[in-house]
Amino acid sequence: MRLWPLALALAALAALPPFIGSYAVTLFTLIFFYAYLGQAWNILGGYAGQLSAGHAAFVGIGAYVTAVLSLRVGLTPWIGMFVGAAAAALLGAIIGYLGFRFGLRGFYFVLLTVAFAEVCRIIALNTEAVGGAVGLYITFTGNPAQFQFQNPRAYYYIALVLMTGATVVVWRLEQSRLGAYLVAIREDEQAAEALGIDAFRCKLLASVLSAFLTGIGGAFYAFYQFSLQPSTLFGIPLSVEIIIRPIVGGAGTPLGPVLGSFILSPLAELSRSYFAATGWSGGHLIVYGSLLIAVVLFLPQGAAPFVARLARSWRMAR
Amino acid sequence: MDLVLIAQGLLNGLLFGGVYSLMAVGLTLIFGVMRVVNFAHGDMMVWGMYLAFLLATRLGLDPYAGFPLCAAALFALGFVVQRRLVNRIIDAPHEMQILLMLGIALVLENGALVVFGPDPRRVKSFLALSTVWLGPLFVDVARLVTFLLAGALTGLLYLFLFRTDLGRSMRAAADNPYGAAVIGTDVRRVYAVAFGIGAACVGAAGALVAPFYPFQPSVGLGASVTSFNIVIIGGMGSLPGAVFLSPSLKELVSFSLLILILLFRPAGLFGGKVA
Repeated sequence: MRLWPLALALAALAALPPFIGSYAVTLFTLIFFYAYLGQAWNILGGYAGQLSAGHAAFVGIGAYVTAVLSLRVGLTPWIGMFVGAAAAALLGAIIGYLGFRFGLRGFYFVLLTVAFAEVCRIIALNTEAVGGAVGLYITFTGNPAQFQFQNPRAYYYIALVLMTGATVVVWRLEQSRLGAYLVAIREDEQAAEALGIDAFRCKLLASVLSAFLTGIGGAFYAFYQFSLQPSTLFGIPLSVEIIIRPIVGGAGTPLGPVLGSFILSPLAELSRSYFAATGWSGGHLIVYGSLLIAVVLFLPQGAAPFVARLARSWRMAR
Repeated sequence: MDLVLIAQGLLNGLLFGGVYSLMAVGLTLIFGVMRVVNFAHGDMMVWGMYLAFLLATRLGLDPYAGFPLCAAALFALGFVVQRRLVNRIIDAPHEMQILLMLGIALVLENGALVVFGPDPRRVKSFLALSTVWLGPLFVDVARLVTFLLAGALTGLLYLFLFRTDLGRSMRAAADNPYGAAVIGTDVRRVYAVAFGIGAACVGAAGALVAPFYPFQPSVGLGASVTSFNIVIIGGMGSLPGAVFLSPSLKELVSFSLLILILLFRPAGLFGGKVA
C-alpha cells in the first residue's frame, strides 16, 4: 500500500476545521468516531472472523465506568477511560473465554455476544446507583482536565487521533505474527491449529484488544454527549452501527472501517435528520438494513477491495 | 403464596405454550431444512400481529377469522425472502447469511415502526372478555382458543411433513440436498416453500396472540430470542418464566439462560445438529 496519499489525506483532515462550519465539524467528528469503533470491531470481527453483534456492551462499560468514576470519585476521565477500557477488556475476555473455550461458532457466537450485551443493558437499566432507566448526566464545565471542551474542534481532533491510532494499530496487527495467525484461523481454523497455532489464545487476544479499544470509544462518547442511557449505550442499534461500517467498507482490511464510515456516517446523519423531519423515526435503520442486504448479495468483500481495484486500474491507465 | 394463584399462573403459562410451540416450529423448520437461522423471526411475528390489527381495524375481521390471511401473507414474504435473497448465498459462509438476516430484520422492524408508529397496540376480538370457570380457576377463552388453534396448526404441519409429497421432498432436501436434486427435486423451490411455511407459522402465532398481548414494533427482537430459547431448551424454562417473573427480570433470566444453554448444551440445539 502506498502511504503518501494517506498521509496527504490525514494532513488535509488535520488542516480542515478552520475552513468548515460547526455542523461539518460535528459530522466529521462522528465519521472519525464511528470509523474508530468499526476499526476496533474489525480486529475481532474482520481479522479473527468472529462475528460479534454485541460490541455495544464494550462501549457501554467504557462509558459507564469512566462517567461513574468521574462523577462519584472525582477521577479525571483522562485516567478513568483506561479503567473503563480495562473493564471492557475484562468483559471481552469473559465473552471470548466462554465463547471460544466452549467452541461456539457462527450463529452461536453471535447469539452469545447479543445475549451478553442485553444482560448488561438490563443490569444498567435496573441499577439505581448508575441512574437506572434515566441514566447519568454529566454537568458541562468546559474544563479540559475533565475531558470537557468549549471548542468542538477539540473533539474533532481527539476523534481524528483515535481513528488514526486505531488504524495504525490494525495495520501493524496485520503485519504482525498475531495478525497472520488470526487470518489463518478465520480462513480455516482446523488447518491453522494443525500448523500449531493456538487458536483459542489468538482469538482471546483479539477479543480483549477489540474490547479495550471499544471501551476507550465509550469513554469518548460519554464525554462528547454528556449523557448516558442504557438503551442507547448497550442497545442492539449501537451494535449494528458498529458492525455495518466495516462490513460495507470491507471487513478484515485496515482501511475498510474508515472507508465505510466516510460512506455511511454522512448518509446516516442526513437520513436521520431527513426522516426525523418527516416523522419516520426508523427510516435510517431501513436504509442500513437494505444496505446490509445489498452488500452481502453484491459486494461481499465490502467497498475497500473494489476501490483498490479502481485505484489500480487508474494507475495502470496512466 | 396462594396455591390457587400458582395454579392460575401455571394454567395461563400453559395456554401461552401453544403459541410458543408454533413460533419454535417455524424457526426449527427454517433451520432444519436450510441451515439458516432466521434472525428476523420475531420481526415476522410482529408483522403477523400488525396484519391482524389492520384486518381488524380496516375490515372489521376478527383475528380468529383473519389469522389464515396473516399466515398467507407471511408465507409470501418468507417465500420471496428465500427465493430472491437467501438462495443466492445459500452456499456462502454462515457469517454472510447471518448478516443478510440481520439486514432483513432491520428492514422489517423499522418498516413496522414507520408504517404503524411506536405506540403499543392491541387487537379487539369478540372472545377477548369471556372467561370460563374451572373450579376455582378461570380460563380466558381467547387464550384457550389460541392454544387450541396453535396446537392444531402445529399438528397440521407435522401431517404435511410426513404425509404429503412436498413435505417428504422437504425432508429429503433437509437430509441431503444433493441426493434430493439427483432424484429430480427442485431444491431451491423446496427451500423457498420451507421458508414460507416457517414464516407462516410465526405469522399465525403473531395474529393469534394479538388479542391479548399488547405489541409494538420493538417486541420483535425479544420474540426472536424467545424463539431461540424455546428451540434451544424445548420450552422448559420459558413457561414458568413467563408466568412468575416481572417483565424486566424475565428478560434478564431469559438472556442469562440463553448464555448458559449456549455454553453447556450447544449439541442439543436444533435437534442435535451443530452448524
